[in-house]
Amino acid sequence: MYGRGLRFLSIASFVALTVAFALVFFYAPNDADQGFVYKIFFLHVPLALVALGGFVAGGIYGIKHLRSGRREDDMKSYVAIHLSIILGLATLATGMIWAKASWGHWWVWDEPTLVAFLIVFLLYSCYQPLRFAIEDPERQARYAAVFAVIAGAFVPICFMSVRFAQASVTHPRVLDSSGSLPGSMQLTLLVSLGAMVLLFMTLWKYELTSKHAKAQLRTLKRRLALGA
Amino acid sequence: MPALPLDDAGPYVAGAYLVFTAIILAYVAIMASKLARIERELDELEKLTEPEPEPEPERVEAQ
Repeated sequence: MYGRGLRFLSIASFVALTVAFALVFFYAPNDADQGFVYKIFFLHVPLALVALGGFVAGGIYGIKHLRSGRREDDMKSYVAIHLSIILGLATLATGMIWAKASWGHWWVWDEPTLVAFLIVFLLYSCYQPLRFAIEDPERQARYAAVFAVIAGAFVPICFMSVRFAQASVTHPRVLDSSGSLPGSMQLTLLVSLGAMVLLFMTLWKYELTSKHAKAQLRTLKRRLALGA
Repeated sequence: MPALPLDDAGPYVAGAYLVFTAIILAYVAIMASKLARIERELDELEKLTEPEPEPEPERVEAQ
């Protein structure tokens, strides 16, 4: 059931990423201020947005699990958060490289957006240890769902408070300034974002398929052990 | 800071894209190894549940 459409999604995300990278390097012009280094923007920003979206999606599936009690929703929440942590790691790594190239430092502690993202990342890094510290599967799923809902609500609140609280920032404001981006850069950003969303969906489905197969295998083994 | 010249900026841009590719490839490789293990276990189960081949009936020699 989970594996349906996986091949199509894989091909679509591969093609979309290839097109996005081609646009980044052959279509979008160099930035007037930052020059060629600005190409990292088209990777770093979609990664960050998709990772944060994945955390929120994990919270939404957490709510669904708490309402219905279905194991499937818990698994979807878990996989969305797991993948978002991986994309969050990539966001931090690419952001640090960009910071070093354009500001001369790997990390700037007085930049609220960076610190907010790090806090969110560290918060979610506690998700897996918390989840697997509980042995009873029912309780594990319920507690993980509560964590996912609270942390998922914290993500937009954290970034909105950063936005409202500060007057001057070094970190670029993407969602505010995308209107002022030249058309070619805007198109490249949108295609990169779409490709990243597709990649997330593909990997999400891939991991869900693997988890589902593993669960089926466990059930089969149990039945065989009972029958023997 | 002024914009870095292309020669200096190149390694940073390449580094960022390589880090992204490496993380995604590592994730896919780990998932592929997990799927391979599941497939192996399924094969073992299949072998276990295969019905025993029926013994051939003994041929009675005509006297």
